[in-house]
Amino acid sequence: MSRQITFSEAILEATELSMLADENVIVIGLGVPDPKGIFGTTLGLLEKFGDSRVFDAPTSENALSGIILGASIMGARPIITHQRVEFALLGIEQMINQAAKWSYQTGGKMNAPLVVRLIIGRGWGQGPQHSQSLESWFAHIPGLKVVMPSNPSDAKGLLTASISDNNPVIFLEHRWLYNTVGRVPDNYYQTPIGKANVCREGDDLSIVAYSCMVPQAIYCAELLKRYGVSVEVVDLRSLRPLDEETVLKSVTKTGRLVALDVGWSRCGVAAEVIAFVVGQIFDKLKSPPLRCSLKDVPIPSSKALANLVYPSIDEIIALCQKSLGTVFAIDQKRIIKNSDVPDKSFVGPF
Amino acid sequence: MILDKRQKLLFEMLRIRFIEEEIAREYKNQEIRCPVHLSIGQEAIPVGISSILSLEDKIVSAHRSHAHYLAKGGCLKSLLAEIYGKETGCSKGKGGSMHLFDLNAGQVAAVPIVGSSVSIGTGVGWYLKLSKTETIVVIYFGDGATEEGSLAESLNFAKLHELPILFVCENNLYSVYSSIEKRQPEKRNILTIVEGHGIKTLNGDGNNVLEVMSLANSAKEFILTGSGPIFLNLSTYRWLEHCGPHNDDYLKYRRQGELKNWMEHCPIDDIKKKLFLPPMEVDKLVAKMMDQIRLEVDLAFAYAKQSEFPRKTELFTDVYSGFKI
Repeated sequence: MSRQITFSEAILEATELSMLADENVIVIGLGVPDPKGIFGTTLGLLEKFGDSRVFDAPTSENALSGIILGASIMGARPIITHQRVEFALLGIEQMINQAAKWSYQTGGKMNAPLVVRLIIGRGWGQGPQHSQSLESWFAHIPGLKVVMPSNPSDAKGLLTASISDNNPVIFLEHRWLYNTVGRVPDNYYQTPIGKANVCREGDDLSIVAYSCMVPQAIYCAELLKRYGVSVEVVDLRSLRPLDEETVLKSVTKTGRLVALDVGWSRCGVAAEVIAFVVGQIFDKLKSPPLRCSLKDVPIPSSKALANLVYPSIDEIIALCQKSLGTVFAIDQKRIIKNSDVPDKSFVGPF
Repeated sequence: MILDKRQKLLFEMLRIRFIEEEIAREYKNQEIRCPVHLSIGQEAIPVGISSILSLEDKIVSAHRSHAHYLAKGGCLKSLLAEIYGKETGCSKGKGGSMHLFDLNAGQVAAVPIVGSSVSIGTGVGWYLKLSKTETIVVIYFGDGATEEGSLAESLNFAKLHELPILFVCENNLYSVYSSIEKRQPEKRNILTIVEGHGIKTLNGDGNNVLEVMSLANSAKEFILTGSGPIFLNLSTYRWLEHCGPHNDDYLKYRRQGELKNWMEHCPIDDIKKKLFLPPMEVDKLVAKMMDQIRLEVDLAFAYAKQSEFPRKTELFTDVYSGFKI
C-alpha cells in the first residue's frame, strides 16, 4: 500500500525497515537520539532498537568516519549522519583515503558497507558554511557511490539500497526537500543505485537534474508545456555510478540538453554530463548543451544575496529558450522567484 | 626445535630481523618497487605483544607494519609477493607494503595515513564490543600519531564506550626526519593526555621483550574485564631510514651517538642475555634458529619472485565490492 508521506518520513522509514531486515545495521551521529532526531529522520529509532544499535556521538567527525569504517570492515553496516555537509569535511580523509579504497586495497577480500548521510542546507541565512553540497568532490572518487534523491519514494528506495550496498555510499539529502510530500509504498523496497529516472517524458529538450533541482526542472517543463514545448526531465538519482545510457537515450531523442547543478559549475556534475553527451552523441545535438549552476561565489547569508546564488526558474527557462533557439514571453505570474524558505511552513531557524 | 617461552621470543625477533634485512638487501635489485618502512630495531614490541594475543584477537597497524603483521602470524609469502607487486600478494599487488593484512591471522588493516589507523582500529574495537566477543584489538601507531586529532577523538570514543582496545604507541622519537623535540613542547606528556580521558596508561622499555610481554599481558587481562581500553607507551628506536633500506646516520638529523647507543640496546641482544644459557649455547641455538629461518625466508622470496604480475584485467576489479561479508 502506498500513501502520502514527507521526504524526511521516507528516510526514517527506510532506516527502520533496514534495521528490521538486518541486525548489523547501526545508526550513529551527533543528535541521532535527540528530541529533533535529525529533522525527524531518526525519531524513535533509539526507543525501537535500543542503545546497542542507535548512538549519539561525540563531535569527532574525523575519528567517527574511521570508527564506522573499522566497524564496517568487521561486519557492521553503519549509517552515520552529519547535520550539514560541512561538518563531515573533518572526516573526509577517512572517506576518500580509506573507505573508498578498502575493497581495492585488499584485492576484494574486504569491503566497507557504510552509509554517510549528509544534509545540504539552504536558505534562512545559513551562509557560507552551512549550505554547500560538494557532491562533485565525492563523485570524483572511484570506490565511492554518491546518491542524491529528489523525492520521497526515491529517498526511501535509494536509502534502503544504499544500506544494503556492500560499498561506502555518500547519501546527500537536500534540506529543501524534507517537507516535500509524495506517494511512498509502505513496504521494504529498493530503488537500484545507478539507474536514472525519466520522470517526465518529452520530445523537444532534455533537462538533466538531480536532488532539489528535479522539482525545479519539472516545474519548468510544465510551464514550457503551456507554450507548446515538450520537455523530458531526467533525474540522475546517483552521480556515481552515473547512468549515461538513460541520459544519452533522452538527448538522442530530443537533440537538446540543459543540465542543472546543485553545486557550482566548475568541474561539476553538469559539466560531466555535458562532456559524455558531447563525446558520444555530438552528431545528434541540435544546439550546444547548456548548464545552470550556483553562481561562482561562496553562499552569502543575507536573503537579498543568497537568492541570487541559486538557479531560478526564469534562468532555467531562459536557458531552455536558448537551447531551443526561440524566445517567447512567459507569463511572469508563473515565474516563481527564489526565496529563502522552501515553503510557507518553514519559519526557521534551521 | 623445542623452544621455551623466552627462546620463542628470540626466534620471532630473529625471524623478523632477518626478513627485514633480506628486504633491505634485495631492495637494490630494483624488483621491490614500492616504499618499505622497515622495522629493524623495533622487533620487541610486536613480538612481545603478539606473544600474549590469541589468534582471534585483532591488530591494526600503520605504515611500518611488517613486524606487526609477521609477529601476529601474517603469511610471509603474501607479504613478500605484495611488495614485489605480484598477484599472489595479500591484496594482489594493489596495496603494496603499506596495506598489509591477513584476516586468517587477525591482522585486519594497515594504513599509512598517520592517525587514520587509530580511528579505524577504534571502530574494530567498537565492533568487538557490539558483537560481544571475548577478544581485543591492538592498535599500533607511532609518536607522530599522538599529534593527530584523530587520536584524541578515538581515545574519547574508546573510553566513552569502554572498548576492548590496547593502544600501543611505539615511541621511536622521529616522524620521518623530525625529532620529537621539534614537534612537541618539552613538558608535553602523552600519558597525562591519555589519562585525562580517564584511560589507564602503562609505560615501558619497548626494546625489552619480556617487559613488553608482561605489560601487554596485564593490559589484556584488564581489558577483558570490560573496564575499557589501555594505553601502552613503549620507547624504541628505528635503526634505518624512515622509508627505504639504508642507514641514514650521515644525514645528521639524529643526535651524534644516538643510533649507536640504541643499537647497543638491541632488543635481540637483550633477550639473548636473559635465556639463562652460557654464551656458547646461545650462539649454537641462534645458529640453529637461523638455519630454519633462512630456509623459510629463501623459499618465500623465491615464491614472490616467481609469482606472476597481476593481469591487466585486475586493474578494473575490486573497485566496488559485490559480495556480502
